[in-house]
Amino acid sequence: MNLKNIRKDFPIFRHHNALVYLDSTATSLKPQSVIEKEVEYYEQYSANVFRGIYKISERATSEYKKTREIVAQFINANKPEEIVFTRSTTESLNLLAYSLGRKIVNEGDEIVSTIMEHHSNFVPWQQLAIENGSTFKVINVNNDGYLDLDNLKSQMPASPAGRSNIKSAAKNSNLEKLKQVITRKTKILALTYVSNVLGTINPMKEIAAAAKKINPNIMVIVDAAQALPHMKVDVRDLGVDFVAFSSHKMLGPTGVGVLWGKYNLLQEMFPFNYGGEMIQEVYVDRTVFKEPPLKFEAGTPHIAGVIALKEAIHYLRSIGLDVVRRHEMEITQYAINLLLSEFKGQLRILGPRDVDHRGGIVTFTFANYHPHDVAQILDEDNICIRVGHHCAMPLHESLRINATVRASFYIYNTKDDVEKLVEGLKKVQKILR
Amino acid sequence: MSIYQEIILEHYKNPRNFGTLKSPSKKTSVSNPSCGDKIGMDVVFTGKKLMEIKFSGQGCAISRAAASLLTEYCKGKTNEELQKLDKEFMIKLLGIELGPNRIKCALLPLEALHKLL
Ligand SMILES: Cc1ncc(COP(=O)(O)O)c(C=O)c1O
Repeated sequence: MNLKNIRKDFPIFRHHNALVYLDSTATSLKPQSVIEKEVEYYEQYSANVFRGIYKISERATSEYKKTREIVAQFINANKPEEIVFTRSTTESLNLLAYSLGRKIVNEGDEIVSTIMEHHSNFVPWQQLAIENGSTFKVINVNNDGYLDLDNLKSQMPASPAGRSNIKSAAKNSNLEKLKQVITRKTKILALTYVSNVLGTINPMKEIAAAAKKINPNIMVIVDAAQALPHMKVDVRDLGVDFVAFSSHKMLGPTGVGVLWGKYNLLQEMFPFNYGGEMIQEVYVDRTVFKEPPLKFEAGTPHIAGVIALKEAIHYLRSIGLDVVRRHEMEITQYAINLLLSEFKGQLRILGPRDVDHRGGIVTFTFANYHPHDVAQILDEDNICIRVGHHCAMPLHESLRINATVRASFYIYNTKDDVEKLVEGLKKVQKILR
Repeated sequence: MSIYQEIILEHYKNPRNFGTLKSPSKKTSVSNPSCGDKIGMDVVFTGKKLMEIKFSGQGCAISRAAASLLTEYCKGKTNEELQKLDKEFMIKLLGIELGPNRIKCALLPLEALHKLL
């Protein structure tokens, strides 16, 4: 598929033809096919799943199940039953903190996370530790926006940009410092694949391998909310135990999240919500639960949303994730170069300089202009960016910055969007100077 | 209409009563953690009258202009008069329309003032 004409697939551009949408990290726009799929369910077979012995319910059930298969293929899970549908990344991670955390983490144990996490992969673990007397440890980031795991400073791969699409930071580093954080007592390592502020792509496979070498029993939990929409993710190849992501950031509907986990681990975990659909048999004095994934899907799910997620994956595949990634690398590089050359000394970009190690996210501070003012003035010209701490307050505190400005890119963004952003920022200068 | 009107920008760039007082009769600070804004406020009351007021801290153009305009207005007013100031008053004082997200910025200095009354 050609990215040139892609904007016509996104009806929002018909309603706002001058829209410069640079906030796909918060949520992506939706293609027509995804919207139509959701409407199709409501118009043609809006019955509950798993329950009805009648045709439209069977249709809904089969579409729902099909989505589980498609998601499983998309991330290379062992089988569809490893895919649990939730409401969001946030819910997937909270499910883990509850159903896994309460099972395996005891007083005196350790949970390790990082300072670059979104609150949804930070607060659940912090609170679990507070609750049960375990220790919550946090890996810091260095000045270049990489996880501080390496004694050999900035030993980056020297390969030319663009040869391999999905390279992550510190490939040939030795992750020496991981040994100072992860111990035999560490039950859980929870970290993000791609930072939603710095853009950093963490060397997930290497980190997981190194962590498991120190402690073979550690559970590695990956927040892939900013990875799945933008690059090929193979959960088995990563060598991790759980992966969480959201439909709405990958062209799909809001209200649907995914939790992938190794099947035997899902089996051992506590259920999450109790209720309909997750039970096998209920007696007055006891209940037998279903096997995963239904064990974790109590109640009527967001059927239309789940079904339409299938369409989003179909759309992404028809473009090709390598094309998506290359497009984002190109725009990100263009944005970094243009911003730095146009606003020399005025604008400070956070995170890795090398787009090989960076998703399509450019977060910056701009002179002493307050991010709110920047966003408001850009909005006058229909440029949508995000400002604030982006649900990553610990990171901002550690960088001693109150708030930042973030522009993020996806398949429908163009270099023209970047140029409009630059024009907008010049206007900010003119007004606030 | 842009909210960055002449009067707002003028007060943003040249805020009145910016700084701290040497011997305030009362001082306070308020913050809006979601945008990292902080406003400190010092006042001197003589009897019931507010005689001196200064504000400090960091903020966006709206919160800074609001603080500047508000502190200018406050001088010489009584405690009772100041207690009556509300959201509508701040909107009128600024003379602009603010969306639900930005109104918080305009109200931050008022929150500080109310803590001092
Ligand atoms: C890295 C990361 N993790 C988690 C989330 C939370 O996603 P959701 O709001 O869909 O639960 C986000 C969303 O902003 C994110 O960027």
